[in-house]
Amino acid sequence: MEDMAQQALIDQVKVALATDTPLHVIGHGSKLFYGEAPRGEPLDLTPLSGISSYEPSELVVTVRAGTPLAELEAVLTERNQCLAFEPPLFGGRGTVGGMISAGLAGPARASVGSVRDYVLGATLLNGRAEVLSFGGQVMKNVAGYDVSRLLAGSMGFLGVILEASLKVLPRPAATATLRFDMAQAEALVRLNEWAGKPLPLNASAWWDGALVLRLAGAEAAVAAARKALGGEVIEAGLAAQFWGGLRHQQDEFFIGAERAVEGGAALWRLSLPQTAPPLALPGEQLIEWGGAQRWLTTAQPGAQVRETALRAGGHATLFRARDKSGGVFTPLAPSLMRIHQNLKTAFDPKGIFNPGRLYTSL
Amino acid sequence: MNAPLPSASGTAARQAEIVTALSPLLPAHALLWRNEDTVPYECDGLTAYRQKPLLVALPETEAQVAAILKVCHALQVPVVARGAGTGLSGGAMPHAMGVTLSLAKFNKILRIDPLARTASVQCGVRNLALSEAAAPMGLYYAPDPSSQIACTLGGNVAENSGGVHCLKYGLTLHNVLRVRGFTMDGEAIEFGGEALDVPGLDLLSVMVGSEGMLAVITEVLVRLVPKPMIARCIMASFDDVRKAGDAVANIIAAGIIPAGLEMMDRPMTAAVEDFVHAGYDLTAEAILLCESDGTPEEVAEEIARMEAVLAASGATRMEVSADEAQRLKFWSGRKNAFPASGRISPDYMCMDSTIPRKRVADILLAIQEMEKKYQLRCANVFHAGDGNLHPLILFDASDADQLHRCELFGADILETSVAMGGTVTGEHGVGVEKLNSMCVQFSPEERAQMLAVKTAFDPAGLLNPGKVIPTLQRCAEYGRMHVKRGMLAFAEIPRF
Repeated sequence: MEDMAQQALIDQVKVALATDTPLHVIGHGSKLFYGEAPRGEPLDLTPLSGISSYEPSELVVTVRAGTPLAELEAVLTERNQCLAFEPPLFGGRGTVGGMISAGLAGPARASVGSVRDYVLGATLLNGRAEVLSFGGQVMKNVAGYDVSRLLAGSMGFLGVILEASLKVLPRPAATATLRFDMAQAEALVRLNEWAGKPLPLNASAWWDGALVLRLAGAEAAVAAARKALGGEVIEAGLAAQFWGGLRHQQDEFFIGAERAVEGGAALWRLSLPQTAPPLALPGEQLIEWGGAQRWLTTAQPGAQVRETALRAGGHATLFRARDKSGGVFTPLAPSLMRIHQNLKTAFDPKGIFNPGRLYTSL
Repeated sequence: MNAPLPSASGTAARQAEIVTALSPLLPAHALLWRNEDTVPYECDGLTAYRQKPLLVALPETEAQVAAILKVCHALQVPVVARGAGTGLSGGAMPHAMGVTLSLAKFNKILRIDPLARTASVQCGVRNLALSEAAAPMGLYYAPDPSSQIACTLGGNVAENSGGVHCLKYGLTLHNVLRVRGFTMDGEAIEFGGEALDVPGLDLLSVMVGSEGMLAVITEVLVRLVPKPMIARCIMASFDDVRKAGDAVANIIAAGIIPAGLEMMDRPMTAAVEDFVHAGYDLTAEAILLCESDGTPEEVAEEIARMEAVLAASGATRMEVSADEAQRLKFWSGRKNAFPASGRISPDYMCMDSTIPRKRVADILLAIQEMEKKYQLRCANVFHAGDGNLHPLILFDASDADQLHRCELFGADILETSVAMGGTVTGEHGVGVEKLNSMCVQFSPEERAQMLAVKTAFDPAGLLNPGKVIPTLQRCAEYGRMHVKRGMLAFAEIPRF
């Protein structure tokens, strides 16, 4: 059944190759707002669904690309395990393939790593209609180049992810959420100081004068850290709601941002060194990842936002906007762009997969 | 690598040509080409494979690196970058017609930023030297390959080195933020950044572990982590390797991620006990070392949980380190497994495959059968927590037949690992040593795709050519079939 689904995809790619038809690789379509505008005929991955193997004691799950993330997470939860990087589900939807291609991670990312760090292997359908496997199902693997990890955040422009093996982790034995009243500059300093101490920090969010911290780990460690850090303890149910809202971008800040986008402003994602001081940019800001991810709703010109991020040592992505004519992702240095072009040719010589979705020129 | 070797006079002329071209770029002492000067570079930690380079260049500045690369690019000279030369797969073995670029002089720690918890280092800084420098700030660099006293961070990046703490703290890839270096045509390039991600493709993830085939690395920005307040270790004995293997899986299944989880089999235990006198249980078929680190409360809790799991899994003896001295003593044997093997055998060859954890006992039993088949002894140390095996095949290299049997034995272990759903190398890299085994693990199309990745970074194909990805012809000559991972027909049936 599943193999028929895979064969159907291969056949569709072969036809596209024969007729020079660009393909728009799509799962649930929950992240259509993200990246440059999709072009081409849809290549629907949702029929390629299901968990191929899952062994909790190996900390590995192998799953087909069209599998709903919600379904995967439900299976992991049953065994008290999780995707530690907390990928966002937009409107409760999203597939494993989309998660890897977009490479977006949630609140715990600064502590536990990104999507890339949890990809152990992948099966890829390339632009010659070949089915290729890279990486594997084991934690340590340095046989050849790590092509599977390169797929995380690639926006599907190297090929079609058919299946992936992901590292999973036990859910933390204990968590606690603390709230502090704190100005942005102080919060940024504190977050970095705390991160240099052996504390079980797991996530952080600063918005509108309040810093919220999540601790996660062994019971004893969380209890000790709670005592050492102080702050106001947020009740577990409320805390879960808060972090869920942040992870899936459904909380007050993001609802406000969507409204602002409708009014012509833009939601930017600034990825910066954790220690970057507060930015001199007008607009509403939410800071995550210990200072490394800063969401900004602003009507300021894109060039100014990009320039500010660059000067702070990072980059800015136009996450949500009605007008994306200034480009979604920060332009690459010519040397890096050349490697991107060469890799595109290496994987997809005819340029049929998600053309223009990462950079309009690719 | 597949071209016929040029004549001696042709080689000398080529050498003279390159010396002439590089001499203006470097001080005289930084260019070696006389036989006695290049001999020390003829191999890395894998001494079974040797090759003298045409010449060795020892640049001291990035400008010199760029200039050397430009000249080599123009003259179409292969370049092999080299750090401390501790690699175990021949990744830094020179090219007969190439330049070995020794980066030993790039040995400065440029900056440690305690607030950002990062260190910017030149590629030739030793792994342990960085952790020592960061210690006063309460920080350290987590990946700790056993060679950490000598190996360099540039080499660690090239190999994606692991160590005994990867299960909890990750590999080199997970602890590197940015690498700076040069492409083969001498252009400066950076992969990664100070932020947690970059625009476009995450090229750092292929750079790390690329064995010097994509770019030359000169500088690395790494993440430092806070030193845990304490660490304690349980040493547990088992009278059966299968029980020990099951204990490993049971610990993970209980939701515990130990800071370290290592196994030694009986021959290995005997060899190291004789060497370090750590008080290992010589009657045990397998010994597990299970480490917990963190706050004192956290460690006490985790140690108690692990003890319970180990007891339930049939441990015959358990000892928990009472203090730091005892903990280090427990580890001393494991960390000295290689030199200890060197004492009981003239030579040994270290394998490095990874298998799913649940197959630990299966592979150890298969290796026991292979010992009979190849008439050679094998001692096993094992990063059990992440399934990474280090069988040490004991042999005498002065006996050609033993060397031959050793190679067959090693290839057999690697192929069995692939058939069990694993990989031919977990942390030592492919280099030249495992080229044949790559034919087994990857299909011709997969190997071609990897080669295309190299070409995307190095269109001229001059950086460490001939390593990692075997040619079609080589695989055809090797004549083994590609095993679809874990999918070998009747994989459950012992093949030996």
